[in-house]
Amino acid sequence: MSAGDQNLFTALYGSLTQQLPREPMEWRRSYGRAPKMIYLEANFVQFKEELLPKEGNKALLTFPFLHVYWTDCCDSEVYKASVKEDMQRWQAALRLHGSVDWLIAVVESDNKKKNKTNLLPRTSIVDKIRSDFCNKQSDRCVSLCDPLKESSRSQESWSSFLTKLRTLLLMSFTRNLGRFEDEMRTLREKRTEPGWSFCDYFMVQEELAFVFEMLQQFEDALVQYDELDALFTQYVLNFGAGDGANWLGSFCQPVRSWNGLLLRRPIDMEKRDLIQRGEASLLDLRSYLFSRQCTLLIFLQRPWEVTARALELLHNCVQELRLLEVSVVSGALDCWVFLSCLEVLHRIEGCCDRSQLEANTSHTVGLWTYATEKLRCLGDLCGLVSENGPNSEDLNKTVDLLAGLGAERPETVNSPQSPYKKLKEALSSVEAFEKHYLELSHAAMEMYKAIGRLPRFNITETRNFLLDSLKSYVSESWSLPLTHTRKQIAECQKQLQKMDEYLQTSALLASDTNLSDDERRHFCQEILTFASQTAEDARVALSMSSFTRLQELRFRPSSALVHVSAALQLELRLCSLMPVPVTLEQISASIHFTQEQPGSTAQKRAAQNPDGTVTFPAASPASASASALELCEILEHSPSDNVLSSAGVACRNMHLLMRQNDSATSLDTPNTALTALTLEDGAQMLRASDVTLLPGNNSIVFTSQKPGVYTLRQLCATLGQVQFILPHLYPVVQYEVYSQEPQLSIQPLTEHLLAGLPQQVKFTILTGHYSVKKGDALQLSNTDSMPVLHSSTCSARILSSSAELLAESALSIQSSEKVTSISLPVTPPYHTLEFLLEVLCHIPSCPARMESERLTNGQISRRSRTRFNSGMTLIDQKVSVDCPWSIYSTLVSLTFHVPFKVKHSLLSAGRRKFIQVCLQNLVFRQQCVFSVWELRWSSVSPVSLHCVFSAAFAPADAPDAALKPYTYDFTLERVSVSADGSDLSRVCVAAFHLSLCDIYCLR
Amino acid sequence: MFHYTVHTSLDVVEEKISGVGKALADQRELYLGLLYPTEDYKVYGYVTNSKVKFVIVVDSSNTSLRDNEIRSMFRKLHNSFTDVMCNPFYNPGDPIQSKAFDSIVSTMMVQAC
Repeated sequence: MSAGDQNLFTALYGSLTQQLPREPMEWRRSYGRAPKMIYLEANFVQFKEELLPKEGNKALLTFPFLHVYWTDCCDSEVYKASVKEDMQRWQAALRLHGSVDWLIAVVESDNKKKNKTNLLPRTSIVDKIRSDFCNKQSDRCVSLCDPLKESSRSQESWSSFLTKLRTLLLMSFTRNLGRFEDEMRTLREKRTEPGWSFCDYFMVQEELAFVFEMLQQFEDALVQYDELDALFTQYVLNFGAGDGANWLGSFCQPVRSWNGLLLRRPIDMEKRDLIQRGEASLLDLRSYLFSRQCTLLIFLQRPWEVTARALELLHNCVQELRLLEVSVVSGALDCWVFLSCLEVLHRIEGCCDRSQLEANTSHTVGLWTYATEKLRCLGDLCGLVSENGPNSEDLNKTVDLLAGLGAERPETVNSPQSPYKKLKEALSSVEAFEKHYLELSHAAMEMYKAIGRLPRFNITETRNFLLDSLKSYVSESWSLPLTHTRKQIAECQKQLQKMDEYLQTSALLASDTNLSDDERRHFCQEILTFASQTAEDARVALSMSSFTRLQELRFRPSSALVHVSAALQLELRLCSLMPVPVTLEQISASIHFTQEQPGSTAQKRAAQNPDGTVTFPAASPASASASALELCEILEHSPSDNVLSSAGVACRNMHLLMRQNDSATSLDTPNTALTALTLEDGAQMLRASDVTLLPGNNSIVFTSQKPGVYTLRQLCATLGQVQFILPHLYPVVQYEVYSQEPQLSIQPLTEHLLAGLPQQVKFTILTGHYSVKKGDALQLSNTDSMPVLHSSTCSARILSSSAELLAESALSIQSSEKVTSISLPVTPPYHTLEFLLEVLCHIPSCPARMESERLTNGQISRRSRTRFNSGMTLIDQKVSVDCPWSIYSTLVSLTFHVPFKVKHSLLSAGRRKFIQVCLQNLVFRQQCVFSVWELRWSSVSPVSLHCVFSAAFAPADAPDAALKPYTYDFTLERVSVSADGSDLSRVCVAAFHLSLCDIYCLR
Repeated sequence: MFHYTVHTSLDVVEEKISGVGKALADQRELYLGLLYPTEDYKVYGYVTNSKVKFVIVVDSSNTSLRDNEIRSMFRKLHNSFTDVMCNPFYNPGDPIQSKAFDSIVSTMMVQAC
């Protein structure tokens, strides 16, 4: 406030206001706040006593911080006569109002000095004033030399004057501001007192904010508003907690206007007036506060904080209105939020360029989404999304809502894209609503995509988008969002008439335990209804995994290996995931004939447990995580000093776990699964008809009889038009049904069959597919060299295929001249019939000449052949057997060993001749028995002498057995000795008998 | 709907983590603050050094839980989770079936209500 010579001041005013803010001042502040450099700007007004602030006036903006008295008096007489008095009056007025911030400026000019040469030296006036007014405060009086001249002296004087002015101004400002702040705090401390008014306090603190804003201290200004914001919020919260303040009542008035935030004015005076009068509603106060905060944040170039705060504000307002139980027309808040969102976005767009906006989508997308959601709510409310369009009730609501919007604000009247116009248009018709809604939601989704986030709001417009999100939910095992998204997809698919996909999704949903039973039943019914349609279009193939889960497969018998006539049972254990019992026309398992040697599959059935069960792993993605993490510890030592440099844990099978997730995705996504669902053509099937699958575990039995090795390939459940297909069975399951020809084998019971002794041979008949009927008999063609011995104790054993003894029955054996007929007991197929038969192979009478034709007649030579093997004489006996199951005879070869070996030699001693016969037992210890006879001739010696060596023998365990003696005949040529062979041979027999006894006993 | 919110908030966690990495500031701070405000819920996030994410969702109308309370809830949760992880019989990745963990979580829920 300038007093004194007004003409002088007017002359200086221009340069003063211009130059004052040119240089910054350091501003030191109380309460430890950091000093700042500020530029002071001042408004100078002429001093009037009535303008001095009265006691209690809190206005800070219009506060006179410094009083300056201007004078250019240089005449001490004039000074004494008038100026001094004027100054004194001025000072008195200041003192009266407690103002201590003043300055006396003495302007000196050379012009005046020249005119009055008789004057005192120029300092004297200043000195006089100093002594008169500034006791101890000499700096309160400054002189200014020739301010209107361009001399260096005048410039210097100007600059020191300005510095002084700034210092004083700042001093006063700091002091007054400090006082103001103190008073404000005091006022705030009184907030619990009954008469306290938030609105009054609001005005006081806002004054401070204005001052800071004026000083370009936007940060400090913002703090003031934030404090007010926090204070108000606290009140609302306290109110919610039951601690009500009576001033809050005015904020609880019903919401009558919902025209949204207004951010285009620096200060919204309308709302400010409402607050000042204490008539503001909650939304008014919040809107005003936010508009101020927004303005300051934009000054501070922090537009992204505006968007974040805006979202918080909008959410908060909705909550606060709820908390304060303010009555609101339904939809009004949606309007308010919608308009506010768009207003904020417009404001931000107004102060940022495109590239900035694009780089900061993540900050704006929340508002876009919120606006979209709110528009959707409004659409629902006003009947703009229903098929029939709005009814009269909806229209009434719309009219009410539009009324609350009031008239469009002058700032936006001319902009065609104003939020106000958008909302009005969107609510005007179904088409306009759809257009605006799609536009908004598309924009929001694009933004989400741009920042790599998944939108969470539920819009059913883009199926692909839903499928995308579905994929991500599946891979991350988010079951609830998955269910929800699937439901939306189902809705889409139904509307798009994509029946295949719809049914597949329905199946998934029907088996989804996240849904209520009713919902599941609904989706199940959808499938059943479709299935029962008698449409002619091709059948629909769906993945079985959503319908039932194959849990286990059990073979009976457990070996999964049966012969043809036996029944192989395959028991499938299916867990039906449907909520209701489902009757299937047929359930079939396709099987694949495998070209493999029977029996070779045994090794391949690794997955089949010994008890004949195959357990199928659950294919749901949830179980993919069942495979545990393979963690291992990693310790790294530094190579130089072997000190542990790092330690960690690594997951070894991460790639597997990751991959599992990926593959699980493809399993469960209907699109990809459908392509793989083709039934193999021409495959053989195991079938079960009219099966009812109850919810939960079911078991279905298949039987198979066709011979071969089979691999189970697919499973298919048929339900009218719908087929549920399990395209691959894993692990691989195989079973074998074999067919076997009857077989006869004859085996010796001991290691070697001995000729000359009765020997037992074992007949084994594997019946195979042949069943032995009553009257069936084996026909053995008799041979002279090997008769079949009858035995009264001959009986047959019947064994099952698993070698269990089933029965024992006597055999009847009948012999005729040519054949021996053995009647077989009745035996079922695939059983084993065993019996023992005693045979005796005669030792050929003269092994010494066994190759000679004289000793073998035609028939025998075919049937028996004598060989030598490692010193033993072997006799191969061939037996021809006629079996009842074949028209061909079976030839069985038996090899008999001759137990003895005989050698003879002719010995001479002078004229006497001796025959030595050596009989060697080949069975036991190679024992030899020697017999010697002397040859004597009573008459003329014959040309040749035919001798027969005969030895009786018996096995050691049956010494009384009457066996045909072993004979050996040989011929001596041109021997001239006489002998009585018959006598001698009798002596020999006794000797042999003894020795053979010994042999068998020892055996 | 609730799960959607949590799912989306994880994206915000990712954003925040990568943001922190850039700034290299406050790496010790595991609490991520308010992730995702909606009209009905407030979603808070917390991420451990091994990038295990915790998310707490609070009803917007619940005003008793301030930042500090949420912070201490997360700390408790983290401690309890660490105990679970220290259990040698626990297989990382399996659903947590610890009674102690359960009771800690339930007490927090009861307090919050």
